[in-house]
Amino acid sequence: MSFPFLLRRLVLVIPTLIGVSIIVFVLLRVVPGDPIMMMIPPGATEDDIDHLRQLYGLDKPIFEQYFVWFSEVLKGDFGTSISLRQDVVELILSRLPATIELAVAAMFISVILGASLALFGTFWSNRWPETIVDGFAGLNQAIPDFLWGLIFILAFGVLWPLLPVSGRIDPRISLDLVSQFYIAESLIRGQFSVFVTLITHMIMPAIALALPLTAVIARSLKASLRETMTQDYIRMAQIKGFGPWRVLIVEALRNALIPTVALSGVQFNFLLGGTVLIERIFSYPGIGNMSIGAVIDRDLPLIQGLIITFAILFIVTNLVIDMSYRTLNPRVRNE
Amino acid sequence: MSELTPTRRVHLSSLIRAWIGGIVIGLLILIAILAPWIAPHDPLKQDLFSGLMAPFWLDNHDPAYLLGTDSLGRDVLSRLIYGTQVALVVAFIAASLAALLGTILGLLAGYYGGWLDTVVSRLVEIWMAFPPVLLSIVLVAVIGTGLHSVVIAIVIIDWTRFCRVVRAETLVQREQEYISSAVSIGFERWTILWREILPNVLPILVTLLTLEMGIAVIVEAILSFVGLSVSSDQATWGGLIQEGRQYVHSAWWVMSLPMICIIVAVLAFNAFGDGLRTILDPVMRR
Repeated sequence: MSFPFLLRRLVLVIPTLIGVSIIVFVLLRVVPGDPIMMMIPPGATEDDIDHLRQLYGLDKPIFEQYFVWFSEVLKGDFGTSISLRQDVVELILSRLPATIELAVAAMFISVILGASLALFGTFWSNRWPETIVDGFAGLNQAIPDFLWGLIFILAFGVLWPLLPVSGRIDPRISLDLVSQFYIAESLIRGQFSVFVTLITHMIMPAIALALPLTAVIARSLKASLRETMTQDYIRMAQIKGFGPWRVLIVEALRNALIPTVALSGVQFNFLLGGTVLIERIFSYPGIGNMSIGAVIDRDLPLIQGLIITFAILFIVTNLVIDMSYRTLNPRVRNE
Repeated sequence: MSELTPTRRVHLSSLIRAWIGGIVIGLLILIAILAPWIAPHDPLKQDLFSGLMAPFWLDNHDPAYLLGTDSLGRDVLSRLIYGTQVALVVAFIAASLAALLGTILGLLAGYYGGWLDTVVSRLVEIWMAFPPVLLSIVLVAVIGTGLHSVVIAIVIIDWTRFCRVVRAETLVQREQEYISSAVSIGFERWTILWREILPNVLPILVTLLTLEMGIAVIVEAILSFVGLSVSSDQATWGGLIQEGRQYVHSAWWVMSLPMICIIVAVLAFNAFGDGLRTILDPVMRR
């Protein structure tokens, strides 16, 4: 992987982000329901309303609004949230770590679980473990993450109350963490009781988010493992007398991973997008939960900032996935 | 039965899955059409004296309400039956329109290439960067609630699924020899696109379409769940889930039953689509 390639990819990101910003901006300007009307106190005069409209720049034509907004965005200023009256960037940055921790946990679970299912399914192919893996994958592709979330709440929150169903941490615990990355920081600083409550709060939303992706990984990896296992070099390894697990994991897995990695980029967008509903269902204080609130409150600056944040997250992850794809795949690597 | 080769076995199991999926979809269509006759109660009729009745297998049930009632005393079974209508209407209309839009753009971009391809591919790339659930919620907030806006939101978000696949497939087909023969006979470009390429893209398109119907059912449920789908006095599966969630501690079944309906519908569409994929695959068909 070369530096010019990385640079070219980064340059290509710019038109995509501009496109996203234009679409969001124009889309939100046709929202019925005047955000100004929602923030004025009863008894406000026409002058007050006009004043507010000017303050938020809502009295100018839409192109001018866009260029004003975009030039501020380039300086890192997304404006002030209308409903929460705080700086949008500050608001998002205070919630983003929670979402990142959740998404990373979900990604981690789906990769480990999906890969193990694929390996088991291949190892015992054409026997009952493969049937179970196939059934599990089929079921998980049909059930969306938010239904899993509700099923978990029902099972482990209501019928068999085992886990907390809302929030990120037990409100009775006093936190003295400096960053918003609670899980990472509590682990580094050795606050294990805090770490445990964080994990018990996160486990249900993370698994709910992870399951659809797990199914995709299990299916795709199993299909390519099966293909790889018929290759000559695998026969060779078997003839050399390597154990079956070693052949599978050390020899076959690396090559079989390539198509799955290529596929996971698109899939990760679904996982990221899934945080919106999952966080809402579990009252988890991340940017997903915040964005539904922002839509309900018609908080335009906040929605814009949040969608751009999601787009950046998606683009960055895809870049990383693309890079690892190139590192893994010798044919593309040496291009 | 004689020994089955692996290919034959795959083919047979796909056939079975396609049939099971097809039969369940057929049953759902029947339920949706016959709803006014088979629903035991009016789905909107409230009876505040018999709220949150249990379904028949639990204590404290009323035989008049087979699957119990919701908090306003409305019959859950009837609401589920009527919810089928909304789910299927959205599934068929939204998925078909998304397929239409995505296929046209994908065919044109793949076949003509050039600036058209650049524009379409860029658009798809921009679209992919949006989180789909958030975009659908924003869209419905913009267009306003109602069945039509749910359909529009699904079409606007999911046309890219068809566009990407159809474009890639068209690129492959364009290089095939039968296309050069068609060109050398002097066929018009439109004729080639319509009569030669489209039929070859069709198998994968039909599969995508059935899978998209399952997705549409889910999206409708999500929007109902957030309170943004059709108006609240129309019975929907997602709406029932949202209602049931509020009193999940006292009546867990109100939320679970519509969830089962969604899962069954989506599984049926997926099984049907997956089965079709193998059956329509020319290599497997032989």
